[in-house]
Amino acid sequence: MTLYVDIAALDDIPRQGARVVRTPAGCVAVFRTADDQVFALEDRCPHKGGPLSEGIVHGTSVTCPLHAWVFDLNTGQAQGTDDGAVRRFAVRVAAGRVLLDASLLARRSAA
Amino acid sequence: MTQRLVVIGAGMASGRMLEHMFDAGGDVAVTLFNAEPRGNYNRLMLSPVLSGEKTYDQIVTHDAGWYESRGVDCRFGEPVVKIDRDRKVVVSKSGETPYDALVIATGSAPFIIPVPGKDLPGVCTYRDLEDTNAMIAASGPGANAVVIGGGLLGLEAAAGMAARGASVTVIHLMGHLMERQLDPAAGYLLQRDLERRGIRIHCKGATKAILGKDRVEAVLLEDGTVYPADLVCMAVGIRPEVRLANDAHLEVGRGITVDDRMCTSDPAIFALGECVEHDKQLFGLVAPLYDQARVLAATLLGQEAAFAPVQTATKLKVTGVDLFSAGDFAEGPGREDIVFRDPGRGVYKRLILEGDRLIGAVMYGDTADGAWFFDHIKAGRDVSDLRETLIFGPAFAGGASANPRAAVAALPPEAEICGCNGVCKGRIMTAIDSGAVTLDAVRATTKASASCGSCTGLVEQVMALALGDGFVANANPPMCKCTDHTHEDVRRLIKSMGLKSIPAVMQDLGWKTVGGCASCRPALNYYLIADWPMEYRDDRQSRFVNERNHANIQKDGTYSVVPRMWGGVTNPAELRAIADAAEKYNVPMVKVTGGQRIDLLGVRKQDLPAIWSDLNAAGMVSGHAYAKGLRTVKTCVGTEFCRFGTQDSTGLGIRLEKLLWGSWTPAKVKLGVSGCPRNCAEATCKDIGVVCVDSGYEISVAGAAGMEVKETEFLIHVATEEEVMEVIAAFTQLYRENARYLHRIYKWVAKVGLDWCRAQIEDPGNRRALYARFQQSQAVYQVDPWAEHAATPADWAPIADLTLRAAE
Ligand code: SRM
Ligand SMILES: Cc1cc2nc3c(=O)[nH]c(=O)nc-3n(C[C@H](O)[C@H](O)[C@H](O)COP(=O)(O)OP(=O)(O)OC[C@H]3O[C@@H](n4cnc5c(N)ncnc54)[C@H](O)[C@@H]3O)c2cc1C
Ligand code: SF4
Ligand code: FES
Repeated sequence: MTLYVDIAALDDIPRQGARVVRTPAGCVAVFRTADDQVFALEDRCPHKGGPLSEGIVHGTSVTCPLHAWVFDLNTGQAQGTDDGAVRRFAVRVAAGRVLLDASLLARRSAA
Repeated sequence: MTQRLVVIGAGMASGRMLEHMFDAGGDVAVTLFNAEPRGNYNRLMLSPVLSGEKTYDQIVTHDAGWYESRGVDCRFGEPVVKIDRDRKVVVSKSGETPYDALVIATGSAPFIIPVPGKDLPGVCTYRDLEDTNAMIAASGPGANAVVIGGGLLGLEAAAGMAARGASVTVIHLMGHLMERQLDPAAGYLLQRDLERRGIRIHCKGATKAILGKDRVEAVLLEDGTVYPADLVCMAVGIRPEVRLANDAHLEVGRGITVDDRMCTSDPAIFALGECVEHDKQLFGLVAPLYDQARVLAATLLGQEAAFAPVQTATKLKVTGVDLFSAGDFAEGPGREDIVFRDPGRGVYKRLILEGDRLIGAVMYGDTADGAWFFDHIKAGRDVSDLRETLIFGPAFAGGASANPRAAVAALPPEAEICGCNGVCKGRIMTAIDSGAVTLDAVRATTKASASCGSCTGLVEQVMALALGDGFVANANPPMCKCTDHTHEDVRRLIKSMGLKSIPAVMQDLGWKTVGGCASCRPALNYYLIADWPMEYRDDRQSRFVNERNHANIQKDGTYSVVPRMWGGVTNPAELRAIADAAEKYNVPMVKVTGGQRIDLLGVRKQDLPAIWSDLNAAGMVSGHAYAKGLRTVKTCVGTEFCRFGTQDSTGLGIRLEKLLWGSWTPAKVKLGVSGCPRNCAEATCKDIGVVCVDSGYEISVAGAAGMEVKETEFLIHVATEEEVMEVIAAFTQLYRENARYLHRIYKWVAKVGLDWCRAQIEDPGNRRALYARFQQSQAVYQVDPWAEHAATPADWAPIADLTLRAAE
């Protein structure tokens, strides 16, 4: 079973945008889509380390701000001809609050 | 032995014939005469040149190098005045030229209606580059133009001049436009669309006289109406140019009579193109002429070939007007119509059946199925089984769901795609199979879409079918994979349909993805800002990181901060504030930029609001070093200090920067103001440059000094600073309203033509209106984004810090 930690209100994240959570395992980007789905991905592009949280969010994808690789928020996989993936973390919304995988609190990440 | 071949007329028909001959390795010494002072160009494309969508250089078919490498003796600007058949020579101003074989390809001459005033200066026809240039010169904003003739050519002339800002009236003798190709209903829809673009249409109008003293002033109709005119274009028809043949006593009917081999009544003389008559028929479209070219090339090389005319279909080359007609659509006994109308969408389709066969089709507003119908007409297929649903086209006939490519997918291999060059679907597929995977390659190998270009979309659809995801369109590709519309179409539709939000654009223009992509969203956001400054609200989430965060992201995820330094001038207080900020926020590098200001590089995102508010406190605002917007105005010291300065270039630069800053533009905009022609501010390689001179200010535009390097082109000379400000703001607004996203000024000007831009700016009323619209937009958008965001520092820091909580 996944344990969650409350990080913020859903409305603190802009629609079609993201905010960053600092964790002992590195920065995590929490995305919110136009229809209020949330996703949590490692905030580091496998290409050259670009902050995915600063990318443009479209549908359930994000385009990296540095060299425009596109990632599927559902899977963390790079799309098209690019090859790579980012780690995903469990995240959900309850009563307007965003809850993130609590294992990220641990010094040594579970993933 | 090498044959001496003389060709009279370097037009589209003879040009194609020469290509075939040289491709086949024909051993001939060609002498090519042309009355026009140039070689073969794509005459069909004069209309895009007239409207400003293309330049003459882009429509040249054979350039000097082409003729030279084939050893053609070119006599351009040298009309042939006589053919001496007995001695087998032609006569021109340089004397006599002997021939073994002679080809007459003199095309046709526009018909001039014999009314008083027809010879006044300012009256032109529409046939060649001279006519086109005359219309361009006379059709700036405020000019009045009258076109006599509402057929294909007349309407293309009218639309072209209207696109350049002239107010245009079309006078047409018949009851509806293009009566030879359209029935009254389609003619009416066409008239309504043209009237919406501001073109006045006067049907059933007979011209009585062209009025004017030293040049044209007006046109008088039989019914007494008078239309003022600075230019009159007569486009009432053409007749074959047969004078040489008549004088030489060749057999001539309405055109020069030729047999199936394209041979005239003299076995050594051949003819092709619009000047000929074959089997009592004349020709006015290029498709059959290209067939003649193939036949004549074979004949001259001693091969068997015979010309048989094919049916032709018509399209009007006016951007945004979609019409198609083919076959016979006159009403008659035994003929039946199937009609479909959708008034809301302005769609009209009519099919004409005789017995079990389709014999004609007229379509307006939605012509996607045109090729499919045309194919049925030509093949003479029995359509009785399809009758019920025929009008809905192939998508329905095949039972398949509506799919934009269904129409093309349903075409048989022998269906014609390119009417001009007679290229069928099968030939395009074969070319693709043998490796032609780009539009250019298909064009080069099959000539499909190489003439009038109106089938480019169809060719691309065939390619998309054959290549699937491997196909990358290159002609005028759609904005991105989310839509089939081009940037130009989207810009136009946003205005004409009054679309005022990104969801509205995506809904009404049928976006194929949810929420667009990183390529179309910033473009749409820009278009909406530029077109609806008062109604639309900027969508931050549709901006690239730099514009969203008002700072340039660095490769390690930090940012750079560049405050404005108006005209490159600073003072000790500003420098002190910059120095303090650099120390306070541990800025790793402080650098003087190429734009006369100072860059603080390597600032952490969460520090941005604080550093901005410190700089704000010293009176500095964002330099927009990240923006598709005004960047810098580079200046030199000018009269204030320099012994050569002619005007206050520093002061003017500062005033310009204060006028323009904060405005969003399609791509970045940089200015330079130099105090004299020594040009120390490098003004002549900027997007907009001002060079001061004793008599005032030389304003030039469209320079580049990035990935491309290009000198600016002169726009206008003005006498006062006020005029400089008005001209530059108006020009910037013109760019904001018309260019496609990410095109710098030099790219945009190359597309629309500097002449068009200048005409917009020179017209005082138009300039003032542009200036007013610019200022209206500035009233909303000239705000310092730093001040706005410095107030909410929490938004710029991580939303939560689990490293701290873990430590607790
Ligand atoms: C800071 C500066 C270099 C410097 O240290 O001097 C600079 C830095 C960058 N330039 Fe530049 N350009 C700078 C002057 C220029 C100039 C010279 C000038 O302005 O007089 C040019 C040539 C003129 C021109 O604009 O074309 C120039 C042509 C470019 C281009 C090529 C544009 C083009 O259309 O060809 C790019 C790439 C782009 O925009 O797509 C570019 C892009 C960039 C970017 C934004 C690259 C990026 O996307 O990250 C660099 C950001 C660095 C940063 O983090 O701050 N920079 N860049 C200069 C800032 C001027 C300012 O004060 O705002
Ligand atoms: C504005 C415009 C738009 C058009 N749009 C279309 C279209 O969309 N689709 C289509 O199918 N067709 C279109 N046409 C028609 C098409 O351009 C003509 O059918 C085609 O150019 C005719 O080719 P040609 O070689 O017979 O004559 P031309 O191309 O006219 O060439 C004849 C040449 O012979 C020269 N010449 C004449 N007399 C002499 C002499 N005595 N000595 C030396 N040289 C001489 C002329 O100067 C001319 O350069 C358009 C025409 C115009 C003007
Ligand atoms: S030239 Fe411009 S874009 Fe290239 S590295 Fe230097 S600053 Fe960056
Ligand atoms: S760092 Fe993400 S695409 Fe290059």
